[in-house]
Amino acid sequence: MDRYLNVPFTKEEALSLKAGDMVYLTGTVYTARDAAHKRMAETLDAGGELPVSLQGNVIYYMGPSPAREGRPIGSAGPTTASRMDKYTPRLLDLGLAGMIGKGKRSREVSDAIVRNGSVYFAAIGGAGALLSKAITDSEVIAYDDLGTEAIRKLTVKDFPVTVVIDSRGENLYETATLQYCKE
Amino acid sequence: MKEIEVTAVTEAVRDLCIEANYGLSSDMKAALEKAAETEESALGKQILSKLEENLKIAKEDTIPICQDTGMAVFFVELGQEVHISGGSLEDAINEGVRRGYTEGFLRKSVVSDPIERVNTKDNTPAVIHYSVVPGDSLKLTIAPKGFGSENMSRVFMLKPADGIEGVKNAILTAVKDAGPNACPPMVVGVGIGGTFEKCALLAKKALTRPVGEHSEIPYVKDLEEEMLRRINATGIGPGGLGGSTTALAVNVLTYPTHIAGLPVGVNICCHVNRHASRVL
Repeated sequence: MDRYLNVPFTKEEALSLKAGDMVYLTGTVYTARDAAHKRMAETLDAGGELPVSLQGNVIYYMGPSPAREGRPIGSAGPTTASRMDKYTPRLLDLGLAGMIGKGKRSREVSDAIVRNGSVYFAAIGGAGALLSKAITDSEVIAYDDLGTEAIRKLTVKDFPVTVVIDSRGENLYETATLQYCKE
Repeated sequence: MKEIEVTAVTEAVRDLCIEANYGLSSDMKAALEKAAETEESALGKQILSKLEENLKIAKEDTIPICQDTGMAVFFVELGQEVHISGGSLEDAINEGVRRGYTEGFLRKSVVSDPIERVNTKDNTPAVIHYSVVPGDSLKLTIAPKGFGSENMSRVFMLKPADGIEGVKNAILTAVKDAGPNACPPMVVGVGIGGTFEKCALLAKKALTRPVGEHSEIPYVKDLEEEMLRRINATGIGPGGLGGSTTALAVNVLTYPTHIAGLPVGVNICCHVNRHASRVL
């Protein structure tokens, strides 16, 4: 099913998403990948406050290429989500509503998605030029020293994603592959 | 003896970095186009056509095909009749990478130390594989490698008794474990034989062979065709979201090996299988 959704979205909206839905996101998402996750975890360990509120927000696992003059961003496709698995359940328990990435997640992440009624989306890996067209603004809001790995606030318009793991724990990677498996 | 100035090497490397990251070779484009026609899943078809659109946008709007513009891997074939003058060849290549990645608006994805992890901010150093060959030319091939697929690559030290069936299982294991992480449809580079490091290097080099070309060794060609069929029967599909196109090609290179061993390297590349060459 095709869905158009504003982001951040409500709990009810997150719960209504089903694995396999094509969703076009409009609004604000935040980027964070390996180094930013590590730093957020260290901040939490030290009892500090995160530079961005997780409550109801969506993190996009992405580190862009540099923007040319007059453009909001360079190439901007998803990176492999499993590298963030170690940090993710804690962030979901703190209110993170969703993630955009590509690739498999651990059982612990899937359980945390179900526990918190959140969602894991996949964007098309390797389509960074195309996906950059759905990003209208980008601003570094934390960890500037990390370069491409800094936390960015992105404004997106009809950013195309697919629901891979929904709040019931349904996993599109598992079901869709079986459908076309001929072994 | 032919003289080649390091400045010419730097210039060529700069151009290659940019060329490889903004457009794919014609064989890769043709393979994607064909896959978009034959893919059985409607969603898979849609993803493949988006990938074609992505290539078009990359070219027309000068946006790198993928934000992961890779670690700059080079195959350098240095003719033994060539003299490199004006400085160090390695420095010249790295200077070209520095300029290419900076001037070409490419992402700097290299950290100076695997544990301390501080970004070098210019994507250097490159990973350079040299070979000395007959002749008086210098051939530079760049294969920028993204790590979504690199992370899913494997080396298997099989036993001679495992034979060709062992090799097939190794390839399938690597591909299935990679699944959606490696941005399918993939190109699968395989190196069989040699030593631990030789098979990995062969696998990487196999990725630079044009898609659609096959090994001249009959059993290797059969292996390439059979494995492509079997990989596409896994159902992983474009983006890992199900379908009949999981790989665009399986390219295999072989090398003599030891009586006690059967090393197999599987280097997986995503659909953004970039490579470009220049001869000086």
